[in-house]
Amino acid sequence: MATDRDDLEKRLEALKSKVAEKTRPQEIRDTGQKGAAGIGLAFRLGSEFVAGVLVGALLGWAFDRFLGTTPWGLIVFLLLGFGAGMLNMVRAANAANAERTDDEPGGR
Amino acid sequence: MANDPIQQFQIVEIFSFGEIGGMEFAMTNSSVFMIAAVAVISGFLMGATRGRTLVPTRAQSVAELLYSFIANTVRSTTGTEGMKFFPFIFTLFLFVLTCNLLGMFPYFFTVTSHLVVTFALAMAVMTMVLVVGFARHGVRFLELFVPHGVPKPILPFITLIEVISFLSRPISLSLRLFGNMLAGHIVLKVFAGFVVTMGAAGVVGAVGGVLPFAMTVILTAFEFLIAGLQAFVFTVLTCVYLNDALHPHH
Repeated sequence: MATDRDDLEKRLEALKSKVAEKTRPQEIRDTGQKGAAGIGLAFRLGSEFVAGVLVGALLGWAFDRFLGTTPWGLIVFLLLGFGAGMLNMVRAANAANAERTDDEPGGR
Repeated sequence: MANDPIQQFQIVEIFSFGEIGGMEFAMTNSSVFMIAAVAVISGFLMGATRGRTLVPTRAQSVAELLYSFIANTVRSTTGTEGMKFFPFIFTLFLFVLTCNLLGMFPYFFTVTSHLVVTFALAMAVMTMVLVVGFARHGVRFLELFVPHGVPKPILPFITLIEVISFLSRPISLSLRLFGNMLAGHIVLKVFAGFVVTMGAAGVVGAVGGVLPFAMTVILTAFEFLIAGLQAFVFTVLTCVYLNDALHPHH
């Protein structure tokens, strides 16, 4: 009886290690995908911020040109564009975080 | 062969249709590759799905994977309502992806490495977002720019910032794709140019030329990643903006 139990235990151990072996490649593939998504997110955040500042500068420049308020329009709109860029970036980061917490229950 | 890293982006006129309103209207290498991309996409998808077997062939399963990949993206970002716009988004994704990948062939022209092209695509997306938003919600669509629960004194500033943030979307959408493709191809060309220059500098140079050659190989693989990734990012952001048009309340 005791040998039977030992045998069963051994087989259970073997099965466990086999299962662990089978599931490991899955994890590696997951981290690989996250690396690619990370590059995507990095490009996204960078361009999001730059675009905000660019649009602010463009609006300020146009504002000054048509109303002749040089340089105040540029100064104010550049700051607002900075704010908009930050807002874009925070939104993108929040969305990415929400996605991640959806994927991994209990992990933030 | 020319060793100028910018030369690959030159627009070359193949034949001219004449002038329209004082503007030259010509077939260029860029438009040839756009047509090639459309031909490749239609040819592949039609050929792959012609058999319509229950157990898919290799080509059919690639087509099915592409379909379900984009369909899942659209569904997860915009909900089932967004599936009405699936044909547009799927077309956009395949066009950008195919243009990026066609550009990876040596001597081929990269359509998406021109800001005009990517900006036109981004403006098409934004026009659709605006039309859908106003058609669905009318003037209430403008509430997108007025967030709830903001104190009265700073509301005008926040609204202005929201408007700038909205205006920056087509810029960031087009700049990212254009910048990635342009920079990637220039870097690739520069490193490949090093191999030739060092190889011409005698035996020591030829041995040292292995280093930039290895770098070129690595960068080529990286460029393939970027080509797919940027097409995907473009698609996801289109879905996100479309979601704003469908549900304009944050």
